[in-house]
This record gives sequence, structure tokens and C-alpha cells, in this order.
Amino acid sequence: MMRPARAVPAPEELLKGLWRQNPVLVHALGLCPTLAVTNSVANAIVMGLATGFVLVASSGLISSAKRLIPNQIRISTYILIIATFVTVVEFIVQATVPDIAKALGPFVALIVVNCIILGRQEAFAGKQPVGRSLLDALGMSGGFMIALLLMGSIREVLGSGTFLGVPVFGSHFEPWVIMVLPPGGFFTLAFILLAITWSAQRRSRSDQKPPRAGEVNGHRVGSDAPAAVPSCHTARV
Amino acid sequence: MGDLAWIFFSAMVVNNFTLALFLGLCPFMGVSGRIETALRMGLANIFVLTLTSLSVWVLNRFVLETAPYLRLIAFIVVIASLVQIVEMVIKKVSPTLFRQLGIFLPLITTNCAILALAIFTTARGYGLVEGLVFAVGAGFGLALALVLMASIRVNMDLADVPGVARGLALVLVIAGSLSLAFMGFAGLLSSSG
Repeated sequence: MMRPARAVPAPEELLKGLWRQNPVLVHALGLCPTLAVTNSVANAIVMGLATGFVLVASSGLISSAKRLIPNQIRISTYILIIATFVTVVEFIVQATVPDIAKALGPFVALIVVNCIILGRQEAFAGKQPVGRSLLDALGMSGGFMIALLLMGSIREVLGSGTFLGVPVFGSHFEPWVIMVLPPGGFFTLAFILLAITWSAQRRSRSDQKPPRAGEVNGHRVGSDAPAAVPSCHTARV
Repeated sequence: MGDLAWIFFSAMVVNNFTLALFLGLCPFMGVSGRIETALRMGLANIFVLTLTSLSVWVLNRFVLETAPYLRLIAFIVVIASLVQIVEMVIKKVSPTLFRQLGIFLPLITTNCAILALAIFTTARGYGLVEGLVFAVGAGFGLALALVLMASIRVNMDLADVPGVARGLALVLVIAGSLSLAFMGFAGLLSSSG
């Protein structure tokens, strides 16, 4: 629907991460936190903010220091920088929202190994100017937040009958407890992905003569991973 | 002794890293296409988890006492370098073993299951033996989930799945069903604990 221009305009860097290249829903990155911490909306928001902070801060730092980072050891350097920011954010979360910090468990610390963050450094911040990297990081954080909120809302509303702790159904509603338990996470994400694939297929069929049914992105530039095999680091196997 | 058995089975089935705690999903989704690959990945996981457990014990015991805020950075750097060194050693000493496990070793270093094990071990204050038992249990749990998933996916190749559901969505539905099945083990915890 949105046709990318030849030279990508600045707003596009920000907007692409929100939906068209959504890190979770399109690229299937960062699945662990998406499934693990979305049993309530509050958890999802805190996780989204924490990850967003780390992503924006490390993108800013890495893109401004990219001349100083030797190419051979760039990945380890990125990980060290990310780990530093995660340590910071871990203390902030523990100090400001201790209850949620307990509910999130190890997943705040595990932002270090979230492939979205390392992926953006490798694919974007390590090569692009600071301003663009910050926009890109903000967009991707937004996209991650959207995915988390989507999952969190569905799971909390159906699983506990509440939204941010406020009851949304009458007292007659029997919560679908399974939705807040681990299997519910897998099922919710599966249905969201099904809905997205389905609507994309429909659109491409009515939009234009598609080259092949199921080909979602006829005019997109490279990088969009097909939904087939996700993976941060296992794709090469 | 009973305690150790409890730690082992708790980590392996009741709190299965993949199906109950959502850790290590990337290999779970990515390399579960064939049973043999899944099995090797599982073995490599058990190996790296055991190594991690050892290094975490050393770090916690001798280094991080004085600087707990460096925990995360120290874990990730030490684990990554250790795995890299071990990979080189295996390549030199036993090329056969390297062919079996080799390519998987660097990949799983950045797997969240590994770092989570380090964090859990620290948070629960496990000693050396408990930590090792926990790591092996968690490793077997990951391997079990991987092999189960691969076995189901191999059969799914023959099934007539609607085009829309192919790919990740199908894997997630299967994972959800497996996770449901594993919830049945929760009773094990309360009856023995």
C-alpha cells in the first residue's frame, strides 16, 4: 500500500517499523518476550518501554561511534553496549515498578539477547547517520510495542476479563484462564499471524494481478522475511 | 538427593524452558524441521548449558561478589568467549564431534535460554552441584521439546494444510498444543514438592 520512494524520506524511516516492517509480526524477531510477558497489558507496556529505551539508546550510541568500532569485533562491541544499557534499564524497572519487575522475571535482563536490538544495530545503526538511526530505532520500538500491546490486550481481556486491571465484562464473564497461561501465548500469536497473512493475501489478490497467490509484497525492497522460517541466528542452519 | 531429582525434573518437564517459560524459541522454530537436526541442536544445548552453569558458578563465587552490577555484562561476555574457545578445542581434538555439534555451538550462545539459565541459577542461589543438575535438566527439556516438535513437523509435511496457515502460524499452533500437554506435568510439582 505504501510505496517506498527511491531515496527513503525521513518519516518513512520512522513509520516503516510500525507496521510494514514490524519486527515481530512481519520479521518474527523477538518472539520470546512477545510470548512470555504479554499475559497482561501493564507487563506489555513496561517491557515495550524498556526494550524501546535500550534500542534507541544503543542505536544512538553505536551510530555516533561507528567510526571507532573496528569491523571485526563489531558484534561483540554491540553486545557490550546493549548489555550496559540493559543493566541500566533493569535497575530503573526494579526501582520504579517493583511488582511488574517481579512479574517480568528474567525477561528484562534478557533484552540483551533480543534479536530485534542486535538486528537493528547490524542492519541499520552501524551504517547510517545518527538522526536516521534514532528514527529507525524509534519506529522499531513502536512496532515492538504495537505487537506487545496487541498480544497483551487480547490475552488480558479474554484471560482475566480486565484491561489494565479494570474489568471490561460484567460479573457473568468466565475468564478463559488458558489465555494467560503459556499455551494461550502461542495460540494468540498464531491467530494474529493467521489474520495478517489472510488479509495480506486478500489484498494482494484484489489490488493487482499478483505474480503468485500468497506473494504478499510484490513491490517491497528486499529485506522482508517470509513468514516461513523465522529466526535471529538460526536461519543459516 | 531427592532435592536434586526435583530440580532436574522441574527444569526438564514442569518448567520446561521452551514450552512453559518461552525461552530459546528461535531454535525451537528455526531448526525443528528435521528430527536429526533437532536432536543435534538439543545435544549442543545440553553441552552449552552445562558449560554455562560451570562458568556462572565460578563468576558468582569468585568475581561478582564485589561487583554485582556487572553481572549481565560478565555473563554474556564470559559465556560467549568460553563457547568460542570450546568450539576451537573440539574442532582440533575431535573433528567428528565438531561436525555433529560444531555449527550449532556459536548459534546458541546468543540464545536466551543460556542467559536465562545463568540468571535463574544466580537468583535461586544454586551451588555447583545443584546448578549443574539444573542445567542438565533444562538442557534435556529443550532437547525433548525440539525433538517432539520436529517429529510433529515431519508428519505435518504430509498433511494438507491450508496455504494461509503454512509457516510460522502452524508451528505456533503445534507449540501451543505441546505446551498444553506439558501443563499436565504441573501436578508432578505439587505432589513431590
